[in-house]
Amino acid sequence: MIPASFDYIAAKSLDEALSLLAHHKDDAKLLAGGHSLLPALKLRLAQPKVLIDLGRIKDLSYIREQGGQIHIGAMTTHFQIETSDLLRHACPLLPETATNLGDMQVRNKGTIGGSLAHADPAADWPAAVLALGAEIVAAGPKGDRAIKAADFFVELFTTALEPHEVLKEIRFAAPKGRVGQCYLKFRHPASGFAVVGVAVSLTLDGSGKCQSAGVGVTGVSPKPYRAAAVESALKGKALDAKTLADASAHATKEAVRTNADIFATGEYRQHLAQVYTRRALETAASRAK
Amino acid sequence: MAEKFVGSSVKRTEDPRLIQGLAHYVDDIKLPDTLHAVFLRSIHAHARIKKIDTAAAEKLPGVVGVYTGKDLSQKIGPVPCGAAIPEMKTPDHRVLATSKVYWVGHPVAMVVAENKYIARDAVDLIEVEYDELPAVLDEEKAADPKSPVIHEKIGSNVAYKLTAGEGDIEAALKSADKVIKQKILNRRLVPIAMEPRGVLARYYPGEQELTLWTSTQIPHLARTQISLMLGFPENKLRLIAPEVGGGFGSKLNVYAEEAMLGWASIQLGRPVKWIEGRRENMQATIHGRGQTGYIEIGCKKDGTITGFRYNVFADMGSYFQLLTPAVPTLTGLMLSGCYKIPAIQMNVTATFTNKMSTDAYRGAGRPEATYVIERAMDLVAAELGMDVIEIRRKNFPEPFGGDQPFKTATGLFYDSGNYQGALDKAIKMVDYAKLRDDQKKARSEGRLVGVGVSTYVEICAMGPSAALPAGGWESATVRIEPTCKITILSGASPHGQGQETSFSQIAADELGVHVNDCTVIHGDTAVVQYGIGTFGSRGTAVGGTAVYMSLQKLKEKATKLAAHLLGADPAGVTFAAGKFTAMDGKSITIQEVALGAHLAKSLPPDMEPGLSATSFFEPKNFTFPFGTHICVVEIDRETGEINIQRYVAVDDCGKVINPMLVHGQVHGGIVQSLGQALYEEVIYDDQGQLLSGSLMEYAVPKAAQIPWFELDRTETPSPVNPMGVKGVGEAGSIGATPAIVAAVVDALAPLGVRHLDMPIKPENVWRIINKKAAVA
Repeated sequence: MIPASFDYIAAKSLDEALSLLAHHKDDAKLLAGGHSLLPALKLRLAQPKVLIDLGRIKDLSYIREQGGQIHIGAMTTHFQIETSDLLRHACPLLPETATNLGDMQVRNKGTIGGSLAHADPAADWPAAVLALGAEIVAAGPKGDRAIKAADFFVELFTTALEPHEVLKEIRFAAPKGRVGQCYLKFRHPASGFAVVGVAVSLTLDGSGKCQSAGVGVTGVSPKPYRAAAVESALKGKALDAKTLADASAHATKEAVRTNADIFATGEYRQHLAQVYTRRALETAASRAK
Repeated sequence: MAEKFVGSSVKRTEDPRLIQGLAHYVDDIKLPDTLHAVFLRSIHAHARIKKIDTAAAEKLPGVVGVYTGKDLSQKIGPVPCGAAIPEMKTPDHRVLATSKVYWVGHPVAMVVAENKYIARDAVDLIEVEYDELPAVLDEEKAADPKSPVIHEKIGSNVAYKLTAGEGDIEAALKSADKVIKQKILNRRLVPIAMEPRGVLARYYPGEQELTLWTSTQIPHLARTQISLMLGFPENKLRLIAPEVGGGFGSKLNVYAEEAMLGWASIQLGRPVKWIEGRRENMQATIHGRGQTGYIEIGCKKDGTITGFRYNVFADMGSYFQLLTPAVPTLTGLMLSGCYKIPAIQMNVTATFTNKMSTDAYRGAGRPEATYVIERAMDLVAAELGMDVIEIRRKNFPEPFGGDQPFKTATGLFYDSGNYQGALDKAIKMVDYAKLRDDQKKARSEGRLVGVGVSTYVEICAMGPSAALPAGGWESATVRIEPTCKITILSGASPHGQGQETSFSQIAADELGVHVNDCTVIHGDTAVVQYGIGTFGSRGTAVGGTAVYMSLQKLKEKATKLAAHLLGADPAGVTFAAGKFTAMDGKSITIQEVALGAHLAKSLPPDMEPGLSATSFFEPKNFTFPFGTHICVVEIDRETGEINIQRYVAVDDCGKVINPMLVHGQVHGGIVQSLGQALYEEVIYDDQGQLLSGSLMEYAVPKAAQIPWFELDRTETPSPVNPMGVKGVGEAGSIGATPAIVAAVVDALAPLGVRHLDMPIKPENVWRIINKKAAVA
């Protein structure tokens, strides 16, 4: 548990971080909250020559609403999201996800941007940003580009970020109207990560029918996914028990492969995904009424 | 009237420093000029070492020494095993691997460098060529003569075979109306002390003194053993157990690393430190349990047990550590549980495997015994259609104690017990009849609700010296200082149990002073008289009794001095609330007497100055705490998740000095039981790679996974010691596991389930509910 030696540079601005990244290229790793990177360093699974710390860049940590869009800076901690009054009103899914994430120490240091960029297949945030149809903003030498959450997660620990890019912001349209959301998670008894985690964000129309549905699933497959088949089975329908149950039967349609470990087989995870999707939908639907 | 402290929940005097981060663990002790050691450990479970090339590592700037088995194995004596079983085969356990490696984590080389980063870098530069050999991983298959042999000189993987117990087991099983058989597993566990091991060694060449700070439960025993390993005089070796962040048996040991650090410091003339990492801790600190057992229990139609047989393969790991082979013998002793069983037999086949050594982990052999006998009682109840409470009552002995012990067919004499009393109390707390009614209703609704009951007895206060390898007594020196502050030097070595508080409570009451005027010193062999240590729930019952004995000696001397100072006959002087009072009403305080004893201006002619007394308490018997644990679970039918609805425990550990400390011990024990029942298992793959090698995979229960505990107690004093205390350190880890497993089994009973092996994972429950084949 003793890391190899590395240089440490605290970037003072995003521009400085980008130019350091451009300079050191593959020799560098970006340090956000450190909760995934430091264990990897200690085990020498990662041996970067340079750590570029984003922690001193003040203007990467914010939660704000502008013109119906919610913007969250990449260096915003889980705790800040958990306790944000703005989010508790405008998008309670995110505080609820944060509450389920790690423990107090992790939530105090860990960041949403760091977690998303790391793309752990059992992390919680991917489910939430997928359900919200969020965009992930990457800053690069040529400026910013927005990546749809559904396109962001590529594979196990792999995202659409280019090597010279820094994850800058998460943004999404604030859900409007009769909104019901829920994050439900089967925790791994040791790691606390999601064996299965399902995030749901629903809106209902005036007649109580489902206007929009976003369902993100993590833990089940190497790549977190948007359960599009579940979403389309809900749209335009009254959300009675049967509709929700029928829709959740499709919860693993997008999971091409399944994760498995010494705690839970792929078969069990697929089953849990369906049960947890149904339960998350039920809770979200009841909250929308 | 002075305040009384014994029996009240005095807050732990240890806690302020612990919760403020002000305590000093090994790694908090910083000495100038300290070197750091890192170990290269085997990546294979079983392999021949063809070649070790340390040249590149030695050349790395900052590296001071690189040592392999070739360098050290003849310079440092073998890692000791204190246990002896007739005809036992003991492998030659050297501090570093020599010709072969035997488990993943086996130390192969030690690097000492200017700092830990350089040492760790150098480890990566050591090249080892291995010839891989097939690994032996299953304790039962290891006994098969066709299995590859781990220790070639021994010629087989069988470490020993042992038959224990009394009564004619064949006749007992023959006379039974029914004999029930079941395979039962107690899987390997990792103790996971919060603080891993750590050693700081400092050699002073001028004084020729070696000081070892090491995270241990047994500073004196470790000093003796390490002095033998190093060939270094015991009286020049000072061993200090500073703050120790938990042990659970894992530090009731003497480890190769401790001796190697001492050796390195002597060689290099500088302090050397090593702090174990968590993965290292999981690979190379002892594991616990590891028994594959087969039970046979005979019963009459009315539920009377006629005999109990336990055939068991006990996993030793690849080497013996301090007590490895002795653990199954403790299982054998406790197989009678709290029942009258006329014939009991245990047949142990202890085998070597390519895994870390097993040894004493909280409970050490007794949780295994309690688990198998409690599972057996439930199986009998299920077979006969009896209630699990009824079957237990049927086989309890009548309450006993005083000079009437209860003799078991395992050769023990239980000191005192009232098993009905604890059971009755627990039944009342949980409202058992209503619980069963509720269960019936729940079942009719298709819900899976289960109630598990465990009535346990354990063997504690280790113990008479005749029964232990290195003495079973404990020592205490109590000093009344001139200002009447009380200093207690205990040979026990508490490391979280709270005896700095409870020993102070005892002294405060005996001497009529405030608890805050007492201090307990332990863990430093240069300061404290020889002692045995803290393990086997012995701290209070054995160590506390030594404190109590010294206090009696001090009171006697102080009374004589008080009488002298009062000009009274000692026979007429009474001592209460810190004051000595003569027949004529004249009195003198203990503070005045304390000062008088040290100024020594006026002492009785035959009296030595000072007020200090040392005692060594040798118990005549073990103590046998007991109790009833009841667990209620509901299983999520869709997912197999297990939710503990209620947890009720009534424990009887004899007289209680500090109820809060007792609760703390019970809480921690239940949590470790919960871990064993539902989460924890050491998993090696078929190559011997440790898959559960970090806390990301190995699930120790955390606060959110723990139910609310409803606790109470009964008090049946022990006749073994004057305070009537029994010990409670391991009760929870012994009594709770069977209750939790039984509750889950009971919940699934409508599906035909009678037994499940631990840990009971939700996926397997889900598979049972859905009639799918289990996964390993």
